[in-house]
Amino acid sequence: MVENIQEYAVVVDHATVRFNMASERIDNLKEYFVKFVKRELMFKEFLALKEISFKVKKGESWGIIGTNGSGKSTLLKLICGILKPYKGTVVMNGTVAPLIELGAGFDGDLTARENIFLNGAVLGYDKRFMSNHFDEIVDFAELRGFLDMPIKNYSSGMAARLGFAIATVVRPDILICDEVLAVGDYAFQQKCERRMSDMRKRGTTLLYVSHSIESVKEVCDHALWIDKGNERMQGEVDLVCNAYMKEMGH
Amino acid sequence: MKTTIKRLQTFAHYKPLFMQLVAKDIKLKYRRSFLGYIWSILNPLMIMGIMVIVFSSMFRWDIVNYPVYLIIGQTIFSFVSESTNQAMWSITGNAALLKKTYVPKYIFPLSKITSSFVNTLFALGAMLIVFIACKVKFNIYMLFLPVILLEVYVFCSGLGLLLAQGTVFFRDIQYIYGAFITAWTYLTPIFYPIQQLPFELMWMIKHFNPLYSYITQFRTIVLDGAFPDMRLIVYGVVVAGLSLAIGLFVFLKKQDKFILYI
Repeated sequence: MVENIQEYAVVVDHATVRFNMASERIDNLKEYFVKFVKRELMFKEFLALKEISFKVKKGESWGIIGTNGSGKSTLLKLICGILKPYKGTVVMNGTVAPLIELGAGFDGDLTARENIFLNGAVLGYDKRFMSNHFDEIVDFAELRGFLDMPIKNYSSGMAARLGFAIATVVRPDILICDEVLAVGDYAFQQKCERRMSDMRKRGTTLLYVSHSIESVKEVCDHALWIDKGNERMQGEVDLVCNAYMKEMGH
Repeated sequence: MKTTIKRLQTFAHYKPLFMQLVAKDIKLKYRRSFLGYIWSILNPLMIMGIMVIVFSSMFRWDIVNYPVYLIIGQTIFSFVSESTNQAMWSITGNAALLKKTYVPKYIFPLSKITSSFVNTLFALGAMLIVFIACKVKFNIYMLFLPVILLEVYVFCSGLGLLLAQGTVFFRDIQYIYGAFITAWTYLTPIFYPIQQLPFELMWMIKHFNPLYSYITQFRTIVLDGAFPDMRLIVYGVVVAGLSLAIGLFVFLKKQDKFILYI
């Protein structure tokens, strides 16, 4: 297959992710020793993703759907580089901004002002870049009055607003979203969707996980359906979503 | 080689994060305390004062300038114990962040060691006060003191990386290390002269306790006004380098598995 790799933003090729089952997790030496002596130190393995392959062209927007525990978030973590594939490869072209959980990089004791710089640094941006975009972030999050308050006193909606504002101030080539818009009020959700569609227009590639099929249909043009770690279907968003809904009994 | 270059590039990319994490620790340490950073100086002075009272009335060691002798050992030892203890928790403590976004993981233990190091630099203020109060003569060899601090810093970085990765897999390392630190306190000549010990023990400490090398280098310069024994310096540098090499090697080898255990 002769294809120009530069055409693609994300290429996932036969990726398999293996976990040791959580019930078998041994995190203290005594248990380890006992199991070792009894020769029970066998890890029950569990494949969270099996041989997943898909290619996302630049500028496309893919929704990833499936029931709880089917491996959607695992797939996103794999693409972000948090997890390494056990087998197979994941190739990315371009800068990635993960919106996996908004404000994951916040420190509760620091003020919002300090957290903006900290979270920016987590995403790999230096102080000068963040200073230049500081006002833009604060205005988008509508939190100007609360800048010197420690984040631990923020409501979850306020923290999510700030997190979204920081993560999207950069214009990444690839944006990865996992159920992030569930928090925040209606007006803010609208605002976020507008910003996402703006970014899409500028050519950002989007990978989107949501349980709301309506929002996947609205935001995405392609979809990937995974079920218990296996790929069920991929292609046009409407085709895949309809097949999914049919299976779910709607 | 290629991966090394890539790693260095990644580190350069995440340098702002490293700086932010260090600044965060320093800022938060004394937030909402009335005296703030002054505690970095006051606290070692208070501990030293108590130890001087306790040890100079309980034991009669013939140490010239005992407060100076004490504060040097105490400052270096408390840096080692504080920084490694914090580094030990740095991966498990940032689990939420590591599960959600990609950042190079070694940044966390190294930032903890560095913020502790900066606190130690503040504590040098306390040392300076003691030096002046005890009329220590300043000498040219003191220019070598930063090198000694650097040796300790590199040594702690390696140890911190090792502990941080170990704690991810076995949480009981914290208890073992707690006991180890206690033993280490007594097996380091912080408040007693090493000549007090039986010969075998003295030999063991001189050969297997790197802190002996660092503290003695420091004391030779300040108390004797002489350049430390070359063998001590070489030993200190080699142990520091080894510690960092082993720590980094094990950490990088294990880091991809962290996500499954945090």
